[in-house]
Amino acid sequence: MAAAQNSHILELRHVSKRFGAVQALTDVDFEVATGEVVGLVGDNGAGKSTLIKIIAGTYHADSGDYHFQGKVVTVHGPRDVAALGIATVYQDLALCDNLDVVANLYLGHEEAIGPAGPLSVVDEVPMERRAIEVLRGLAVKIPSVRVPVASLSGGQRQSVAVARSVMGQARVILLDEPTAALGVAQTRQVLDLISRLREQGLAVVVISHNLDDVFEVCDRVVVLRLGKRAASMDLRTSTREQVVAAITGADIDVEAEAAELEATP
Amino acid sequence: MSTMVEDPRLVSTRSGFGGLVALGRQKLGEGELGPLPVILGLVLIALFFQTKNDNFLSALNLTNLMIQISSTGVISVGIVLVLLLGEIDLSVGSVSGFCAAIMAVLNVTHGVGGPASVLVAVLSGTLIGLFFGLMRTKVGVPSFIVTLAGITGFEGAQLYILGSTGTLNINDSFITDLINRLLPVWLGWTLAGLLVGGYVVGILLGRRRRVAAGLTVGSWLLVGLRIGVLAVPVLALTALMSTDRSRGVIPIQGVPLGVVIFLAFVVGFDLIVRKTRFGRHMFAVGGNEEAARRAGINIDRVRIATFMLCSTLAACGGVLAASRLFAVNQSSGGSDTLLNAIAAAVIGGTSLFGGRGTVWSALLGSLVIFSIANGMDLLGYEASVKFMVTGGVLLAAVTIDALARRGRVAAGRV
Repeated sequence: MAAAQNSHILELRHVSKRFGAVQALTDVDFEVATGEVVGLVGDNGAGKSTLIKIIAGTYHADSGDYHFQGKVVTVHGPRDVAALGIATVYQDLALCDNLDVVANLYLGHEEAIGPAGPLSVVDEVPMERRAIEVLRGLAVKIPSVRVPVASLSGGQRQSVAVARSVMGQARVILLDEPTAALGVAQTRQVLDLISRLREQGLAVVVISHNLDDVFEVCDRVVVLRLGKRAASMDLRTSTREQVVAAITGADIDVEAEAAELEATP
Repeated sequence: MSTMVEDPRLVSTRSGFGGLVALGRQKLGEGELGPLPVILGLVLIALFFQTKNDNFLSALNLTNLMIQISSTGVISVGIVLVLLLGEIDLSVGSVSGFCAAIMAVLNVTHGVGGPASVLVAVLSGTLIGLFFGLMRTKVGVPSFIVTLAGITGFEGAQLYILGSTGTLNINDSFITDLINRLLPVWLGWTLAGLLVGGYVVGILLGRRRRVAAGLTVGSWLLVGLRIGVLAVPVLALTALMSTDRSRGVIPIQGVPLGVVIFLAFVVGFDLIVRKTRFGRHMFAVGGNEEAARRAGINIDRVRIATFMLCSTLAACGGVLAASRLFAVNQSSGGSDTLLNAIAAAVIGGTSLFGGRGTVWSALLGSLVIFSIANGMDLLGYEASVKFMVTGGVLLAAVTIDALARRGRVAAGRV
C-alpha cells in the first residue's frame, strides 16, 4: 500500500468548494495511480461533477492542494491541466460530426507540410498512419478512419473521443459517464478500451452511475456522499452491497470499515 | 489484438465498375450526393435549351455565359466560406457595389491609376469584413443582423460617394481588361493544361505516398472518373472559347481574363478549404463549435478571417462587375447580386447549416442560375417568367438538400 501511495500520479488533498449557499465539496481527498482505474461514484449531487471539474481545471477549488507526480502544482485553468497530461472526455464527447476520424483525432494539432501557420498544408498520410496505429493499439474497431464521425455508433464515438486524448500523450484520463446511453455491445467495447488504457500504464478515472460497469472495470472506487469522501474501497475485497451502502450512507459499519481501510498505511 | 476489419459498407475499396455503382448507390442513400445532382441538372438544362435554340451551346453564348457568372461567382465563393462556418453575410451585394464605387471614384474623379484604385477597393472590402468579424465575435451580434445592417449602410455609402451624377463610366484599360481582355489561344490552352496537369499530378503523387505508407487507396476507375469530371469540362470549354466566335471579319477568340480570374479564385479557395489547417478549422467551427474550442482552435480568429475573406471577395466581384459594364452606377451590386450569390452556393450543394459544402458549388450553382436565365433570354421569355423559374430551381435545390439531409439522418450522419 505504501508503494501504491508513492506512485500516485495525481493527488488532491483537502479540497473544498462552495457555490453560494451550497457546500459542494468538503475536505475531499482523491488520488489515482498509474495503471489504476478508479471509479468515482456517488448519488446525484454528491459532488462527483464538481470534483472532476476541479481536477480538469474548469473549477478552481476554494482550498486544498493539487499534486501531480508528487509535486504541488498550481492550476489556473483547463490548459494547465492539459499541459500536465490530464485529459478529460466529457459526456458530450466534443467531436465534429462532419469531419472524419483522422481529422477529429488531430483536431487543433494537425501535422503540416512545411512551416507551421494557418495556411500550412495538412499532411494527411502520417496522420492517418498514426491514427490507425493508435486505434489498433486500443483495439478500437471502426469501419474506416476516413468516414465522418457522424456515421459511427455511440461506442465507436466514445472510443474515438478516448483515443483522441491518448493521441495527446495523456498520462491521466478522466471519463465522464463513458457508458451512459450505450447498448450492451457498445458498453463492452468501451469497458475493454478502459482495460487497455490501464494495460498501457495510464491512470484512469471513471465517473459512473452503473455499478455493474464499475465493478467490471475499476480497481478501486472513491465514494462521495453529500460533498464528502465517504469511502475508498478496493473492489477485489468489497461487495456491491458495501458500495451501495457507502453511496446511500445506510450502513455505519461500512463507513467505519472504509475509514479503517484508508487509515491503513 | 484485433485488426482493423474492413467494413462491408466501405464499398469504395471494391474494384471495378460494380464497386463504383455500389458506391454511388450508397452515397445516394446516405445523402452524400456531392456535386452529382448539380452536374446532372446542368446537363439537362443544356440539353433542354439546346433543343429549343441551337445557339445555346454556341461558342459565343457560352463565353458570354461564363463572363456573366464570373463577378457573381467570385462573390459566391465568399458566401460558401461563411456558410461553411454556419454564418451568413447578407451584405455582399452592397459591399460589392460600394467597393466598386470606391474604385470608380478614385479612378475617374481623382485620376488615381487603375491598379491602385482596384487595390484600395479590395482592401476596403477586407476592412469591412474585419468590422463584421469583430462585431460577430467580440460584440456578439449575430452575423445575420450585422450584415443586414450592412446592406442598407453600404448601399447608402455607395450613393453618397457616387454623388449627384450617380454613374461613373470607366475608361481605364487596366480595369476594363480585368474581365473583357481575351487571352491568346496558346495561353488559354497552357492554363487549362496546367490546371488539368496539376490536378492529375497531385492525385497520382498523393496516391503514391499513400501506397508507400501502406494506406488504402481507391480504385483506378475512381481516379479516372475524378480526373474526367475536371478535365473534360475544362478542356471542352477551352476548346470552345478558342474557336473564332465572331460573325464578322475580325476574329474573336480566346479565353476571357475574367473567366480565368474566377476559376483561379475557385481553385485557390478550394485548395485552402480542403488542404490547409485553416480550412480544416473552418469545417470544425461549422461542424461543432464547442469541439473546436476544446481542441484549442481560436474560433474568433477563424470567424474574423472568414468574414474578411468574404467581404474581400465581394469587393473583387464588384470590381469585376464594374469591369464588365465599363461603369459603376447607383444600382451596382443591387438586390439580385446578393440573392444570386447565396442561391448559387446553396444550389451548388453547400449547406446553410454549416460544416458541409465545397467551393466548387459557387461555380456549379452560378452556372445553373445563369444558364437558365441565359437560355430563357434566348427563347425570349419575360423577366417575370425568369424570376419564377429561378425561384423554382432554388426551391428544388433546397428540397434536394433537405431530402439528402434526411437520408443522412437515416444513415446516422446527422
